[in-house]
Amino acid sequence: MTSSTHPDTARRGFLRRSIAIVPAAALTMSGGHTQEAGGGRAAVAPGMLPRPAAYSPAYFQPAEWMFVQAAVARLIPADENGPGALESGVADFIDRQMDTAFGHAATWYMQGPFVESAPEFGYQGRLPPREVYRTGIAASDAYCVLQRGGRVFAQLQANEQDAVLQGIESGAIAFDSVNARVFFGFLLQNTREGYLSDPMHGGNRDAGAWKMIGFPGARADYADWVGRPGESYPLPPVSILGPQG
Amino acid sequence: MATQKKPAVDVVLVGFGWTGAIMGMELTTGPLKVLALERGEMRDTQPDFAYPRITDELSYGIRGQLFQNLARETVTVRHNLAGVAVPYRQLGSFLPGDGVGGAGVHWNGHHWRPLPDDLRIRSRYVERYGRNFIPQDLQIQDWGVTYDELEPHFDQFEKVCGTSGKAGNLNGVIQPGGNPFEGPRASEYPLPPLASLNSALLFGKAARELGYHPFAQAAANASRAYTNPHGAQLGPCNFCGFCERFGCYNYAKASPQTTLLPTLLHRPNFELRTRSHVLRVNMAADRRRATGVTYIDAQGAEVEQPADLVILCAYQFHNVRLLLLSGIGKRYDPATGQGVVGRNYAYQLGAGATLFFDKNQPMNPFVGAGASGSVVDDFDGDNFDHGPLGFVGGASINCINTGGRPIQQMPLPAGTPAWGSGWKRAIKDNYRYTASVGSQGSVMAYRDNYLDLDPTYKDVYGQPLLRMTFDWKANDIAMTQFIIGKIQGIAQAMGPREMTLSVRKPGDHYDLRPYQSTHNTGGAPMGADPATSAVNRFLQTWDVPNVFVMGASAFPQNFGYNPTGMVAALAYWSAKAIRERYLRSPGALA
Repeated sequence: MTSSTHPDTARRGFLRRSIAIVPAAALTMSGGHTQEAGGGRAAVAPGMLPRPAAYSPAYFQPAEWMFVQAAVARLIPADENGPGALESGVADFIDRQMDTAFGHAATWYMQGPFVESAPEFGYQGRLPPREVYRTGIAASDAYCVLQRGGRVFAQLQANEQDAVLQGIESGAIAFDSVNARVFFGFLLQNTREGYLSDPMHGGNRDAGAWKMIGFPGARADYADWVGRPGESYPLPPVSILGPQG
Repeated sequence: MATQKKPAVDVVLVGFGWTGAIMGMELTTGPLKVLALERGEMRDTQPDFAYPRITDELSYGIRGQLFQNLARETVTVRHNLAGVAVPYRQLGSFLPGDGVGGAGVHWNGHHWRPLPDDLRIRSRYVERYGRNFIPQDLQIQDWGVTYDELEPHFDQFEKVCGTSGKAGNLNGVIQPGGNPFEGPRASEYPLPPLASLNSALLFGKAARELGYHPFAQAAANASRAYTNPHGAQLGPCNFCGFCERFGCYNYAKASPQTTLLPTLLHRPNFELRTRSHVLRVNMAADRRRATGVTYIDAQGAEVEQPADLVILCAYQFHNVRLLLLSGIGKRYDPATGQGVVGRNYAYQLGAGATLFFDKNQPMNPFVGAGASGSVVDDFDGDNFDHGPLGFVGGASINCINTGGRPIQQMPLPAGTPAWGSGWKRAIKDNYRYTASVGSQGSVMAYRDNYLDLDPTYKDVYGQPLLRMTFDWKANDIAMTQFIIGKIQGIAQAMGPREMTLSVRKPGDHYDLRPYQSTHNTGGAPMGADPATSAVNRFLQTWDVPNVFVMGASAFPQNFGYNPTGMVAALAYWSAKAIRERYLRSPGALA
C-alpha cells in the first residue's frame, strides 16, 4: 500500500461524502429509463486520466453511480493485501466501458428472435450491457428499499451489501426486469477487468493491482527470464502509458 | 441493386488468411492474374500490432479486437436435431479471424504434422482392431491423401514459418529429443526449439520419469533470427506473453504478414481488395462451372467478379456456408446420411490440470510464448493400444505457457470465492506460482454433428447464418476421461502444492461460453469417394471442377493436434495440382 490512510476508512469517507449529495428519495426513482446521459461529452484521451475526485460519470446517473461505487467496493474490498476496486478507479472504468463497443454490444449478434435457452448457449438477452446495468441497478435498489428498511444498496452496511450481492449472484434474489445473475455476471466481470487491465482504461490506478500480484504489465520482453527456476522476476509494472507510481 | 461488373481475372481467392496467402504465392509465379477478396481490413505489424499498444489485454484478449465481428455474421448452435438453434451472440468457445491474415494473425503458432495413421484412420483401426471395433455411430473416414504425399508440403510450410523444433524421425531414423511417434521427415526443423520455461522443465522431467517421451513443442515462434525462402525476415521471440489473441509486435510469430505478404503484395499480377464480402459463387446455367463471385465492396455496392477459377480460402465456417449459399455440392442430410456439404463437422476436446506451487517455486507466468512448452504424444492417435479401451482417438498432452495476462490467465485453487477479500488474497497468493497441463483431444465425426443453413437467423446482408448441430459424444468423452488420468499422473509428479482438474463427463453438453478451441473442422470433407466427401483429394469440389475449397473444412474428422500445419500443407498440395495438372487441362483432377 502506498496510501498512509487506512484504506477502509478512506473508502467509507469517500462513499459517505458522495452519498450526502444525493437525496434518498431521488435514488429510489431513478431506474428503468433508457435515455443516454452525456451524449455530447468529449472522450477522455489516454494519458489524461482524471484523479479520483475529478471523475464524474458520463453514463451513470447519480443514483446508479452510488450503486456502482458501493458494489465494486464490496466485490474487491480494500484490505491489508492491496488496493480495493473503488480507489483503483474501477467504478470509473465501468462508467467508461458503458460507452464503448462492449457497453453497446456493438460487436455482438443482436438480431432477434431472442429465445430463452440453456445457460451454455451464452447470454441470449436483447439488452446490451449498458441497459443491463441500468435495469439491474434500479431493480437492486428497489429490492433494497423494499427489503432493507427504505435504504438503497449504497446506504447498507458492508455485511448487508455482501448479503444482497450474494443473493443476486446465486439467483436467490430475482428481478422481473432483468436476469439478476446476468447482471451480476457483467458487474463482476467488469470489476475484475477494471482492477486488472492496463491503467490506460481508467482502472488499476497506479497499477496497484499489478504490483500486488506481481505482473509486470506492458514490459512484454522476457527473453532473459526463460528457464530460471527459483528466481522471481524483479521489476515493477509499467503501463502502456508509461511507468506507474 | 445495380451490380457493377469488374474485368475478369484468372483466379479469385475468397478470404486472405493463411490459405489465401499460400495460394496467392503459389499461383502468381507465372502469368496468372490472381485477385484476393478479403471481407475485413488491411492489417500489418506496423501499425496494427505495434508495441506497446498491442499489450492491451482488455482490448485484444478480452474484447477481441482482432476477431470476427459477430454483429455482422455469426453461426447458430444447437445440441441435437430436435433443438432450436440460437445465435453465438458473444465470442466464447471459438474465435474466428477477420481481416488480412485471418486467424493466422492471432494463433499461437503450435506447428504440427498429423500422424501418418491419422490420415488413414478407418483403415488403421480396422487393420489393428478388427472390423467391429469402431463404434457404429462414428462416421470416420480416410482422408484420401497420405502423409508421404504431403511430406514435402509440411516441410515447405515449416521453412516458410521458420519453425523452431526438434525432429523425432529423420528419414525413418528416430532422433533423441524429438517426437518418436511422428512420421518420417525429410529434414530437420529450420530453427532449434525455443528455450524451456520453468513449467516445461518440470513437465519434461516428470514425463520422462513416468516412461513417456517428452519433446519441445514445435513453434512457429522463431527461436533465432531467420530469413525464409521468400526472403522474409523474422526476429527471435522475446517471450512477451501476448501471442494468441494478439498480433506479434516482434516479427517472431509466423503469420501471412511476416512470411508471405512482403513478397506477394508486390507481385504485379496479384491484387488484394479488402472490405470485400463475398455473397456467393456464381454458376453457369448448367451448374457444372463457376463463372466467378459476387461481393459487396467497401462502399456497399454489389460487384460481380468474373474468374476462371474460384478458390475458397475463408475460415472453415465460411467456406461451408458459401458452398451451401451457392448450391455447390449436395447438402448433407442427417436423417439419411446422404449428401456431403455440411457433413462431419468436428471440433477438439481438451482436458487439463492447473497446478499451484509453493512460494519457493515462482513460475513467472507472464514469461510466455504462444507455442513454448513441452509435449508428450504417447496417448495420441493410435500410438497406444486402444484394444482394451474401446474408444477411437487420443490427445497430445502438453505443458505450454502462452503468458500470464491477469484478467484471463488467473487460475485459482478450488474453493476460492469469486469475489471479496478471499478472492483478492487468492490472486495475490497464487498468480506467480501457477502452471498448467493441457491436452488437444481428437473429436470424431458423427451422423448428427453437422452444418447447414439456419432457417431463422440472417447476417447483415440478409443471408441465412450457418447452423451448427453439435454435442459431445460418448466415444470422445471416453477418450478425454482416459487422457485426464494421464494428465493427473504427470501433473502430480511435477510436485505442486495442489491442483485442480478439468474434464468433460458423460452427459456434459457442449458449452459455448468458455474459450475452448478455434479448431472447428469439417463440413466440406475431403476424400476418395464422392458419396462421403465434398472435395476430392486435391480439395477440388466433385461437382464443379473450377471451384476448390481450402482449410480445415476439408478435415473428415479431427485429430489431436492444432490444425494449421495440415491446413497449410493441403493448400500447397492443392496448389501444386492446380499448377501442374489443372491449368494444363482444366477439369476434374480425380
